[in-house]
Amino acid sequence: MKAKIVITPKKAVLDPQGKTVQTALEHMGYDGVKAVHVGKYLEIELEGDADSWRPKIDEACHKLLSNPVIEDYHFTIE
Amino acid sequence: MRFAVLQFPGSNCDQDCVHVLGNVLGQDADYLWHKEESIGDADAVVVPGGFSYGDYLRTGSIAQFSPVMNAVKAFANAGGLVIGICNGFQILCETGLLPGALVRNRSLQFRCETIFLKIPTTDSPFTSEVPADRLLCVPIAHGEGCYFADDEALAKLRADDQILFQYATETGDLTDEANPNGSLLNIAGICNEGRNVCGMMPHPERASENILGADDGRLVFESMLRHLEVKTGVGQAETAEV
Repeated sequence: MKAKIVITPKKAVLDPQGKTVQTALEHMGYDGVKAVHVGKYLEIELEGDADSWRPKIDEACHKLLSNPVIEDYHFTIE
Repeated sequence: MRFAVLQFPGSNCDQDCVHVLGNVLGQDADYLWHKEESIGDADAVVVPGGFSYGDYLRTGSIAQFSPVMNAVKAFANAGGLVIGICNGFQILCETGLLPGALVRNRSLQFRCETIFLKIPTTDSPFTSEVPADRLLCVPIAHGEGCYFADDEALAKLRADDQILFQYATETGDLTDEANPNGSLLNIAGICNEGRNVCGMMPHPERASENILGADDGRLVFESMLRHLEVKTGVGQAETAEV
């Protein structure tokens, strides 16, 4: 069982990496790229019950894995 | 006065801080390993620059859970003087002792250069000795120094005079060109609501001796000393000239 966590910069936060990747994609000829956001992906291998892990992973995301001032997160456990 | 300079795995400005506080300013300055659970009898804490825990995950994110940080939080919450420089600023934001966060420079480049700082207020233990309208010329060296806080937090920083250092031109103008990293409001350093915790991206400890090019940074440490002397009732600052 794994928790799969995606962390992305909040919309209000400057995302120069996303902007740079977007420009590169446009230079490569990919038309219609509206925006790129560069974030993080974490996989945490777990043992035990998914339902009991859910609040704990949420807490870990809030306290350590993301910074709620600048980042949003969402996760699945499967 | 007794200063505790924290050491995390990856700290690299700790020796500079101990040198300036000890050899230049003639104070007691000791290293404090991150696994310690007490700051002992220190009068002030310095969270130095560097790359604690290799900047893994986010800058300062792992260091906030080092045992010593519980002691630093308790010390700060009781009114103790704490300054975080560069990575130290990032750590203090991550711990929640200071509002906001530091993100990647807008240029995506590591910026290592000398900049000018405007001091919007001398009403703080970190800027009190800076003469009115005096700019400080100090170096920066960081890749993640772009200060971000939401509108509400920014409004509070302004309303409560918590912005202590701002990137400016040589003539003291807060322009976009003078902003090396994209920080909101050109913010280079702030203090908390209680005014006893400060975080700044520039390095005052690298500009505290003329033989190294500039000594403007000394004013930050001398301000702290003056504050501590008043608080503890000790006389004039005893500083050893080099």
